[in-house]
Amino acid sequence: MHFELNEEQKLIRKMVRDFAENEVKPIAQEVDREHRFPVETFRKMAKLGFFGLPFPEEYGGMGADSVSYAIALEEISRACGSTAITFIAQTSLAASPIYRFGNEEQKRKYLVPLARGEKIGSFGLTEPEAGSDAGATRTTAVLDGDEWVINGQKIFITNGSIADIVVFTAKTDPARGTHGISSFIVEKGTPGFRPGRDEDKMGLRGSITSELFFEDCRIPKENLLGSEGEGFKQFLITLDAGRIGIGAMALGLAQAAFEAALKYSKEREQFGQPICNFQAVQWMLADMATEIDAARLMVYRAAWLKDQGVHFTKEAAMAKLYASEVAERVCFKAIQIHGGYGYTREYEVERIYRDQRLCTIGEGTSEIQRLVIARVLLGL
Amino acid sequence: MNSIVCIKQVPDTEIRIEIEDGRVVEERLQYVINPYDEYALEEALRLREKFGEGRVTVLTLGPERAREAIMQALAVGADEAIHLADEAFQGGDAYATAKALAEAIVRLDLEYDIILCGKQGVDHDNAQVGIALAEMLNLPHVSVVTGLEVAADKSKATARREVEEGKEVVETPLPAVITAQKGLNEPRYPTFTGIRAARKKPIHRKTAAELGIDPKVVGAAGAKLEIVSLSSPPERSAGRIIPGSPVEACRELVRLLREEAKVV
Ligand SMILES: Cc1cc2nc3c(=O)[nH]c(=O)nc-3n(C[C@H](O)[C@H](O)[C@H](O)COP(=O)(O)OP(=O)(O)OC[C@H]3O[C@@H](n4cnc5c(N)ncnc54)[C@H](O)[C@@H]3O)c2cc1C
Repeated sequence: MHFELNEEQKLIRKMVRDFAENEVKPIAQEVDREHRFPVETFRKMAKLGFFGLPFPEEYGGMGADSVSYAIALEEISRACGSTAITFIAQTSLAASPIYRFGNEEQKRKYLVPLARGEKIGSFGLTEPEAGSDAGATRTTAVLDGDEWVINGQKIFITNGSIADIVVFTAKTDPARGTHGISSFIVEKGTPGFRPGRDEDKMGLRGSITSELFFEDCRIPKENLLGSEGEGFKQFLITLDAGRIGIGAMALGLAQAAFEAALKYSKEREQFGQPICNFQAVQWMLADMATEIDAARLMVYRAAWLKDQGVHFTKEAAMAKLYASEVAERVCFKAIQIHGGYGYTREYEVERIYRDQRLCTIGEGTSEIQRLVIARVLLGL
Repeated sequence: MNSIVCIKQVPDTEIRIEIEDGRVVEERLQYVINPYDEYALEEALRLREKFGEGRVTVLTLGPERAREAIMQALAVGADEAIHLADEAFQGGDAYATAKALAEAIVRLDLEYDIILCGKQGVDHDNAQVGIALAEMLNLPHVSVVTGLEVAADKSKATARREVEEGKEVVETPLPAVITAQKGLNEPRYPTFTGIRAARKKPIHRKTAAELGIDPKVVGAAGAKLEIVSLSSPPERSAGRIIPGSPVEACRELVRLLREEAKVV
């Protein structure tokens, strides 16, 4: 057993850290405050190849392993949560199912521009009536000649209103329950497909989360992803891997909050000395560092298992559950250590606290993670 | 346009250097490419792109760990690297290092139109290797360069230098040694495909024996200088926060600058 990153993983961490510190972090506070999607950051990341990280070179990617991808997400999150969720939606959620389940033509047409970041991608699973119970999809797809006719609504879709390419689920056979769900690809501008409003969120305010509407929207027959009736299975697989991403995001946000608190504790003086001299503060810092370390090991291990090609459903759910709950506790303490200053917008821990809050909700709530873990444990 | 870029791996400037028993504690350090060398590398890449031909060769003298810096340079876009990795090259001063680099360039018969170095290493701050290297290779040398233009026929270059209160523009025949200053360019980030490609690029590891270099003229044995002591700068005293409204605080600041610090 060894716990060291390999040469390539180290190079990737260094490169992403440099990029994140110089290009992403300096505007993190601004995009949050202004509620602005930083398209310039998206373009810079595209040029460097971020969005193709896990895909083979022939599809415009790098073919990096999952550990490298987790590291890249962790480092981007350490600078800005909004940028991380945009990255996740593009790569883990939109491009990845096309890579896994798409045919050659779909990969050429949709995966390549997504991997290169020439197009913005998005993944529409959640609906007003289908959140944790994502199998309860009400959106329908009916084949009419050479076209699918789509009707329905999606909600909370990251990158939704700005996406050029949306992968989404709909019922093709309502009688067959979850076996009657299929996945499709729709392009921006297709008649009958339109974004609704963008959410006004607590955090991740530099990312876009939208409603999507389908009203007799016609898409070509060949835009079905994989086979009919496979949609449910497909998104379970997509979310398994996606959870490693949310785990890495929580980890990076926790790390950022911890570093800010550590620094502040050395600078802030009360009772004639830096507050890091007080054991109460030291214990908070020690707990934060310990929990982050455990979370990091879990996230990297889940990614490593995926790279080994073995089952990782349970470990990915555990990593996501644990890392996201660690982020909550670490950010809570980071603000505590900052005192009143931490409660103001002047200090980044306030933003990080709001940003990390999504991590126990998105891609399956903590409760759903526990359900997934228990199912594996009990063989259900 | 063929370039040789001399790259040194140095401790990250953001990390505190600890000194124990007159020696830098290396174990806790993190290393990076010397920042000025990054400008040199970027300039070489731009020249290769501008001329649409040629190779960028990285030349590094350093221990095993310097491989990390070499990999980074290859990931950013250098074509190949020569790593002078031998105990015999270690522990030298600027003279001995320049000697090893010059010998390697000559003995490997490297083809080059230009040699680019950082203006100084941010570890020992000698700012001598590039200059000494030029001397040893009998080449012209322009130091602390912030702008570079190479003639289409590659016979000469025009270099811009910042001097006290002004700019100096000089012309030099090529090949020449140029040392890079901040401002020369904005170094790029490696791309992910660049990182992947780096694995397949050649790194030629060379010992003194392989190059036919007398180990007595390089490294610690060849050094002219000896570091006799090393100590950390004195601790800076803590800053002071002047309370009050901006107007009051400014007034107090000016008073303190005048009466206590006596600088205005
Ligand atoms: C910022 C943001 C970005 C998002 N991006 C996307 C995206 O890109 N694509 C997409 O498809 N979706 C996206 N989502 C949606 C997200 O995946 C859902 O919000 C999430 O799955 C939870 O669904 P819900 O909001 O409907 O909550 P609900 O399912 O209504 O859950 C409410 C509560 O009930 C609990 N609960 C529900 N069922 C059970 C159960 N069986 N046992 C125990 N407890 C249960 C939940 O854990 C939770 O505490 C995003 C959401 C947000 C906030």
